[in-house]
Amino acid sequence: MKNKERTPIPITILIIVLCAIVIIPFMLVISISFSNEADIVNYGYRLIPKGIDISAYKYVFANPKMIIDAYRTTAIFSFASMFLGVFLMSMLAYPLSRRIYKYRNQLSFILFFTMLFGGGMVSNYILITSYLNLDDTIWVYILPGLINPWSVFMIRTFFQGLPNEIVESAYVDGASEYRIFLQFILPLSKPILATIGLMLFLGHWNNWNTAMLFINNRKDLYSLQYLLQRIMNEVKLLQEQQALGAGFDHMVSAAEIPSETVRMAMAVVVAGPALFVFPFFQKYFTKGITLGSVKG
Amino acid sequence: MEVVKDKQLTKKKKRSAFRSNNIQLTIMTIVPLMFVILFKYVPLFGLCIAFKDYKLGKGIFGSEWCGLRNFKMFLTSNEFTRITWNTVYMNFLFIIIGMVAAIALAVVLFHVKKGYSGKIYQTCLITPHFISWVIASYMVFAILSPENGVLNRFLESIGKEGKDWYTIPEVWPPILIVANIWKHFGMDSILYYATLIGIDPTLYEAAEIDGANKWNQVKHIMIPSLVPIIVILCIMKIGHIFNADFGLFYQLPRNVGALYEKTDVIDTYIFRYMRVIGNMSISSAASFLQSIVGLIMVVATNTIVRIVDEERSLF
Repeated sequence: MKNKERTPIPITILIIVLCAIVIIPFMLVISISFSNEADIVNYGYRLIPKGIDISAYKYVFANPKMIIDAYRTTAIFSFASMFLGVFLMSMLAYPLSRRIYKYRNQLSFILFFTMLFGGGMVSNYILITSYLNLDDTIWVYILPGLINPWSVFMIRTFFQGLPNEIVESAYVDGASEYRIFLQFILPLSKPILATIGLMLFLGHWNNWNTAMLFINNRKDLYSLQYLLQRIMNEVKLLQEQQALGAGFDHMVSAAEIPSETVRMAMAVVVAGPALFVFPFFQKYFTKGITLGSVKG
Repeated sequence: MEVVKDKQLTKKKKRSAFRSNNIQLTIMTIVPLMFVILFKYVPLFGLCIAFKDYKLGKGIFGSEWCGLRNFKMFLTSNEFTRITWNTVYMNFLFIIIGMVAAIALAVVLFHVKKGYSGKIYQTCLITPHFISWVIASYMVFAILSPENGVLNRFLESIGKEGKDWYTIPEVWPPILIVANIWKHFGMDSILYYATLIGIDPTLYEAAEIDGANKWNQVKHIMIPSLVPIIVILCIMKIGHIFNADFGLFYQLPRNVGALYEKTDVIDTYIFRYMRVIGNMSISSAASFLQSIVGLIMVVATNTIVRIVDEERSLF
């Protein structure tokens, strides 16, 4: 069973079949998006379309306001959460990593306890809507989940792994803790910060939970995934999307919209770019898995 | 006098390498801690809603206490047995079947020789990890849609009748299990794969000399080396057995009521009562119970993990 030999043929076949099964759902959505609406009615959804037809995409791009709004909103809160989150969390992790910090244990416990017990959906909902009035703002996507204790501990572990001499010599030379953190620790921590940052980004990019709970009156603040969710379940939203466009001077009825294909086209437009980008950062996610399951 | 003063001055200025500036470090923690306290500790006060008859107009403090009435209502409701069973049973199946799938995949991947193709396979297999359950619900819809879905059209083409799958609860547990595996087994297999790579290769040679065929080698070398991590992961996942993947159970069945018998879990119940029905009291009681049970489970399972393998426990 040496790894250096050629892969056995049964294994190759098996793994290719598995990969195909995993990828087929994606292909199905793409194929439907490139189909002709009439073909869908006659032949149903197919893995290979009867004929290539890009009219679904024409509809989507003719009236892109909802998608553009969603992309803008999602991009803003995803990047903001990533940068703000990584910075604040590492700022919290640094004192935790200093062995002789006076309040290290207390701080650690304060963070850790939140991983065991929480207020639950209802408490959080009431806090955010009734008391903080964050609903229908973009901040509701960014602020509540900003500090993630599990990530803080991962960063702390990484800081602890950095050579002690760096901190010690800088300290003896008279540098303040802030300076040590900004000038020495952060630059050396690029691997962990990238890993945490990317995981944060992915989580936020795919967010639909927050919008479902907290965005009720601001259609321009829908996250990408929530927009897709609404369109899946409400043809009305699809009609609105078309009516917003320049080319129509009347409210488009559901019958006129190639809704089946347009839905799938929107899914492709929403998810496609992300799916092209994330594989390039694959190694950060796989590293995150192994890091996360072994306690430091 | 001056000598003493000098000594005191030098004492202050001297910075040993083994001290830290506690004040500065504490200042660094202020802003992040504010977020933690605001969004994780302040909501704990809201837990009292579970013991109150919450009315929106009166707010948390104006609403009246009602003792354990909300809990009684929840525990004796029609849905309680259903959602608790669905949550625990499905999670249990996810753990077992998910692990088997991920480990089997890791073993298969282990036999793929290193190189470009291996990377391509891995990239393919982890792609589902990067999409949300919303997109997945589109895929499931493409297959199960009553009018145009791939499944129904296929059934019709072989002479059988297509069904409205979104009204038949019984088919959904298998669908959800397959979907869950599809989404996670690629990423999950990486952990097991890393463990397998770490096995001493000479063990295989020794086994081969002793006459073991490939299947035996898998059984007697690979599985035992995976047992520690399997045990730990199992125990930790059981700690969360009362917490369902809300996205999976809400998006895939498209929140169709007819399917609730099999797809309604604690988390979807809490959401529905809070947002759709507007009954804060009962959803709060359910949420409180889930949190308490979750706490007990995590502490208990982690204690067990600690006994088994101290390094891997959370605390």
